[in-house]
Amino acid sequence: MKIRARDPKEVWQEEFDSKPSRDDGIETSTISGIPLKPLYTSADLPKREEEMPGVYPYTRGIHTSGYRGRLWTMRQFSGFATAEETNRRYKYLLANGQTGLSVAFDMPTLMGQDSDAPTSRGEIGHCGVAIDSLADMETLFDGIPLGEITTSMTINSPAAILLCMYIAVAEKQGVPASALGGTLQNDILKEFIAQKEFIFPPEPSMRLVVDSIEYCAKEVPKWNTISISGYHIREAGSTAAQELAFTLADGMAYVDACLERGMRIDDFASRLSFFFDAHIDFFEEVAKFRAARRIWARWMRERYGAQDERSIKLRFHTQTAGVSLTAQQPELNVARTAIEALAAVLGGTQSLHTNAMDEVLALPTDKAARIALRTQQLLAYETGVANTIDPLGGSYFVEALTDEMERQAEVYFKRIEELGGVIPAIEASFFQKEIADAAFRYQQELEQKRRLVVGVNEFTVDDEEPMDILRIDPKLEGEQVARVQAVRRKRDQARCSKALAALGKAAAGSDNLMPYILEAVRAYATEGEIMNTLIEVFGVYTEKAVI
Amino acid sequence: MPVDTAVRPVRILVAKVGLDGHDRGVKVVARALRDAGYEVIYTGLRQTPEMVVDAALQEDAQVIGLSIHSGAHMTLFPAVVQELKRRKATDIIVFGGGIIPEDDIAALKKRGVAELFTPGTPLQDIVDWLRKRFPRGGS
Amino acid sequence: MSDIELARRFRAGDIRALARAISLVERRDPSVRELEEAPKGSTAEVVGFTGAPGTGKSTLVDALVSLLRKQKKSVAVIATDPNSPFTGGAILGDRIRMQRHALDPKVFIRSMGARGHLGGLSLATREAIRLLGAFGFDQVILETVGVGQSELEVAAVAGTTVVVLTPNLGDGVQMIKAGILEIADIFVVNKADLEGHQRVVMELRGMLSLSAPRAHAAGSPKAWKPPIIPTVAARQEGIEELWAAVEAHRRYLEASGQARELAEKRLKDETAEVVAELAREQARQALGEDAGLTARLMEDGTPYRAAEEIVTRLGRGLKPPAREH
Repeated sequence: MKIRARDPKEVWQEEFDSKPSRDDGIETSTISGIPLKPLYTSADLPKREEEMPGVYPYTRGIHTSGYRGRLWTMRQFSGFATAEETNRRYKYLLANGQTGLSVAFDMPTLMGQDSDAPTSRGEIGHCGVAIDSLADMETLFDGIPLGEITTSMTINSPAAILLCMYIAVAEKQGVPASALGGTLQNDILKEFIAQKEFIFPPEPSMRLVVDSIEYCAKEVPKWNTISISGYHIREAGSTAAQELAFTLADGMAYVDACLERGMRIDDFASRLSFFFDAHIDFFEEVAKFRAARRIWARWMRERYGAQDERSIKLRFHTQTAGVSLTAQQPELNVARTAIEALAAVLGGTQSLHTNAMDEVLALPTDKAARIALRTQQLLAYETGVANTIDPLGGSYFVEALTDEMERQAEVYFKRIEELGGVIPAIEASFFQKEIADAAFRYQQELEQKRRLVVGVNEFTVDDEEPMDILRIDPKLEGEQVARVQAVRRKRDQARCSKALAALGKAAAGSDNLMPYILEAVRAYATEGEIMNTLIEVFGVYTEKAVI
Repeated sequence: MPVDTAVRPVRILVAKVGLDGHDRGVKVVARALRDAGYEVIYTGLRQTPEMVVDAALQEDAQVIGLSIHSGAHMTLFPAVVQELKRRKATDIIVFGGGIIPEDDIAALKKRGVAELFTPGTPLQDIVDWLRKRFPRGGS
Repeated sequence: MSDIELARRFRAGDIRALARAISLVERRDPSVRELEEAPKGSTAEVVGFTGAPGTGKSTLVDALVSLLRKQKKSVAVIATDPNSPFTGGAILGDRIRMQRHALDPKVFIRSMGARGHLGGLSLATREAIRLLGAFGFDQVILETVGVGQSELEVAAVAGTTVVVLTPNLGDGVQMIKAGILEIADIFVVNKADLEGHQRVVMELRGMLSLSAPRAHAAGSPKAWKPPIIPTVAARQEGIEELWAAVEAHRRYLEASGQARELAEKRLKDETAEVVAELAREQARQALGEDAGLTARLMEDGTPYRAAEEIVTRLGRGLKPPAREH
């Protein structure tokens, strides 16, 4: 019998077409709605020169040695209640093998107001630590040598103030600013786009960002001045491609603003860092991370003419998706987080936060926080996934999906440019509308059970066991209010008033505001006082409702 | 009254109270309520209890929907109910949504919040709940 | 709230009673009409704002409210948004831009869904305006997004109609909808800090000079020429100039005798609409209750004979229908 050599792809296709498909009505597209084929083959592999880790365009990673050279930094975001309690939690985490700190601030701190402001009522110490003045910051880092660790601070509108507080604490410890390492989120554009913790209008907000970048380039050279964040965009309901595109577009807007200030690209670009979400659709996430590096490298080199390799490499932090956690059967969140963390690692993240299973209910308990950290350690040391660099590189599927992500991002870049850039697009509510549409679409898919979330719209149980959750002692609020008022009583009032007046005057002009803020911080001006001084000059922003 | 003009949709004032800006949930709910035939007045972010009640009175809303993700619900939800009492408008129903632990839900209901919806609640549940409260449209 | 209780509280200055009364007129409930009869001299002056989405109308209105508050005037804002024609639902979000006036007892903001009122929004809006005047508000600002017929409705209600444009929307003045030149008493070019605002002003001027002069009262000194006011509402710039133009327009209406003419015409139009509304209701009732009439109607296959019969009956004075609850 003569066997004709047929293309195995054709054979498979015929066989596949002859078999029935599952008819459970569940979507087969990615969670972002990208249609997927049932099988990817060499025919889907993009035709391009072979890509290598540590080599432009860095799709396979920015380090030649991947995690062989150095593991990712396990950086758990934490902070709650008072500076004193959070300080204890930091020491506990450092003793348990965590390698960097990441500060979560409470809502009044994030919104630039003091604990004794009327609208701080009920919010103090709930989502993070309450910091009102340098005094609180001194307590927060008491006994933690700032020259030896790196610290990430998640704060945006008042970012410059908190950075100055960190610098001032270091001064008191005898550590020069030039020795400080860490990251300031400082990404105001995504606040306008997604998280909405804006205070000033876009223009003065951008000025503060550029001021801090310019200042750090000279004075705090090891500091990552900005963490351009897709995380909050994704959590607000965007698709993976939107997260990728909007974040990189924001990045370019910051680059443009710095160039406009007269800085040279290679003087600041290496200190720009990124922050992405790791959602539950595993392959889509890996593709997103890989595409991000390739796009950024290309734009930085081709459009901005960056020469320094470090300006071209996209470094990023990842947090697993808070929005994917469920209040129902919350133990399942450990599994979700592990899968998301794996996507981040296989996507080549530089640092990682894994969510605790109870974070959907409240701030994590000690135990939940430990399990979250242990999940990363397990990935790093038990699974072996760190032994091979970019192990998914060359996968027909992952390579094709990486290209698709890149393609969709480029479409968005074009639209944003047509709208006149990121800020005009914000003012036209472009991003906000895109995100709200995507969020609504996804919610409808859930309602129609075209997507399942285990324990939520399928596989539910009637009697949920209650979980122990962390409670913030209501007494704390009064104590923190008393603390900030004591600071105001005890400080050198003349020095403080003088510093605030100088800041107000500088804000009306065009000086870099960082030295003025630093002086106000040293004089124990409170965060609220500094912000209010700036609000006097800059005004506040109200967004248009886009639903 | 004329059939085609008399049916007055129930008016629901939807607001984010507290300082956090996480508006994904509130927007999704607002759209679902609109699609279910309600008139939704969205007042946006960072509303104080006083602002919420004042707006609800001006808008003659029958229902106030509050969203919060910052953990300040135990302070702010009851404050809205209190403010309604002060303004003699306790006929306005308050419901809430957000990250709210089980124990807090019971406590808030005792303090006058009609219903609370946590993440993962199907939108239809919220609509069904409102339909039960207002079977014949607005009053 | 009973009708009597509502009236008592309305007259006592209770905001909630005002809000409820507006709800009642929104669904054409006649029970609050006596409240519309304003004490002498308490008629609110009405200025309407319309323009395409994204022109910054809410911000402009917000800025104007600030100016009027500085002049110690009380202000009510009625902001309308379209309802879904399918579900009747709507999302009304214009308050957001007016947050800084929250808790100011002399500022009242009401969002209205422009839900399929026969005769459009204007009937309910006119009633609401009378209520606001009777309640004691000095100024009423109407704001509506310029889609569909809504801007014509604003013009039919407001004393002064302001059309808002911006430099960054599409192809400048080419975007101006037909009919808008005729209704505008004042043009605002908002966001005048953006590139291209000069061009919009120039093009607008060109179009205005080509259009026929507005019909005006016989004997009036000269026709009103709509001024073009550049503003940056977000920075409160140009707002005083805008208000000066509104006041100039009001003076013009008074001096030319148009104010009276307009009031008379509008009241007549409204009366005709109210008559139509009443008649329609009577007709529905007759058609619903009278089986014989329905039978004849179906036999005819056309509505005219039945309509005539109803009109004849109306002439004999059917009693008004009972109010539904």
